[in-house]
Amino acid sequence: MALIPSQLDDEVSLRPRIDALNANYVHTIDDDRLEDWPNFFTADGEYSISTRENHEMGLPICLVQCKGTGMFRDRITALRQANIYEPHTYCHSVSALHISSASQGVIATKSNFTLVRTMSEGQMMLFAAGRYMDKIIDYNGELKFAERRVILESRRIDTLLVIPI
Amino acid sequence: MDTIDRGNDPDFVWPYEDTSRVPFQVYTDEELYRVEQKKVFQGNVWNFLCLECEIPEPGDYKTTYAGDTPIIAVRDEAGNINAMVNRCAHKGSLVCYKPRGNVKELACVYHNWVYDLRGNLTAVAFRRGVGGKGGLTDEFKNSEHGLQRLRVEVFRGLVFGTFSEKTEPVADYLGDELVSAVDRVLIKPLKVLGYYSQIFKNNWKLYVENNKDSYHASLLHVFHNTFGVVRPNMGGGIKISDSGWHHLSYTERTDISDDEIVKENVRSKQDAYSLEDPTLMEHKLELGDNVTNNIQTIFPTLVIQQILNCLAVRQLIPKGVNESELIWTILGFEDDDEEMIQHRVSTNNLVGPAGFISMEDGAVGAWVQRAAKSDREALTVMPMGGRAIEPSQGSRVTEAAVRGFWKGWRECMEI
Ligand SMILES: [Fe+2]
Repeated sequence: MALIPSQLDDEVSLRPRIDALNANYVHTIDDDRLEDWPNFFTADGEYSISTRENHEMGLPICLVQCKGTGMFRDRITALRQANIYEPHTYCHSVSALHISSASQGVIATKSNFTLVRTMSEGQMMLFAAGRYMDKIIDYNGELKFAERRVILESRRIDTLLVIPI
Repeated sequence: MDTIDRGNDPDFVWPYEDTSRVPFQVYTDEELYRVEQKKVFQGNVWNFLCLECEIPEPGDYKTTYAGDTPIIAVRDEAGNINAMVNRCAHKGSLVCYKPRGNVKELACVYHNWVYDLRGNLTAVAFRRGVGGKGGLTDEFKNSEHGLQRLRVEVFRGLVFGTFSEKTEPVADYLGDELVSAVDRVLIKPLKVLGYYSQIFKNNWKLYVENNKDSYHASLLHVFHNTFGVVRPNMGGGIKISDSGWHHLSYTERTDISDDEIVKENVRSKQDAYSLEDPTLMEHKLELGDNVTNNIQTIFPTLVIQQILNCLAVRQLIPKGVNESELIWTILGFEDDDEEMIQHRVSTNNLVGPAGFISMEDGAVGAWVQRAAKSDREALTVMPMGGRAIEPSQGSRVTEAAVRGFWKGWRECMEI
């Protein structure tokens, strides 16, 4: 499905804007500005973390699913106020962007990520790798995720997953 | 060589008069880990292998584990489920190296030794050699070289396997109380809604204890308190099988209305937070009672979970003395509609490695493991609810089920 220039900016002008969105997203998480994380999504936006196994088998279960701003904020409030875990930080790297399609104002994109987690005592590991599968819209001149599906390569989570990916 | 085959560790003596004290050594000792594989997982226990609905058609197989032994669960042409050690009788290679599939026979790719779906050796490549040279001599009997079989029993859609001829039928193994508990949850044909797994940097037994320890729930997992998710008139308690090996804990709402869908009373307390979107706390009553949370543990390593509408089985796999993996299989019923499936997905935010009320369980075991390794003789202390292994009604502040687990472990280990 090719990009349709008549409906949107052509890919040349779109690509740097989406790259900036992705960069901003991962740095917001890596810099622990998690209260800003819900703002990357539309008010009824959806975020989920699932696995390649579930995705390929067509199974609906996700490790995390947020639908609508309230659930995003609840995730962050729980992380800050309720859940107990050893302090750790994320370092995301995001691959070049693949624009799958763009129609009726919705841009579908894919990019890969790797995520290194570092614990407070210094242990460092490749915590996750996978794909972002996104539906992005232009919301008053600002790009936002209407949907961001995180598909993990592995079904295995080391210990726990509390910070969003 | 009894020490190797039966695996007794002659040096280990249980250091206390009952199971209200446990030495750290049981979590860190390589020798005990090796013995456990023989005497617990390959002993007189039923190991959960998979769900019947995961291998519905003849030829469907799934690879799984009993303890750390790789297992194939496969449905044969007659519709029966068989389980064999996933290890070729020839050189010991894995026979099935994919997680699941459908086959007419089980062929080891290494040298093409072929087994039927009951594990009998049916063909050996180059049996007659080439050009009359090589191949097998007459002394080789196919019948002596099948895959090692487990006894299988399918119970309410759960496939169990045992290495022992002596293990009693599953219903007797569980006892009446656990049988009715399983019957309460697995009321209809199941379907798998998804999988994920969690790696614990701790000995498998620390996670088993965590599940049997209803005392920690409200202390470690403070989600409910933090968000002021108040549950009026909640009752509950724990039950323990007569053997002490299995248990169930439950929380019950006692003042429920007749509405099929009951929203949790979500409100903000002073100094507390409120959930902006409480959808995930909705409980659609579907099991004919008001029980909101029900955790069942089946010795040694199976957990059956009902938390609101999130149904799951959790299979724990030891991965060496210091590590274990928990495979979560999230379930629905075959007749769930789209709305119910989405509701189960939503509720699932509570559980699993990212679950609001369960993620901490991934961390605490590792903390014990890290602290325990330097002092193998030191003892943990489990005095809650006395020393007995007995049920508790109205309160879950008891460690009785944990003491029951250690009773089972000692019986298996003959320690
Ligand atoms: Fe827990």
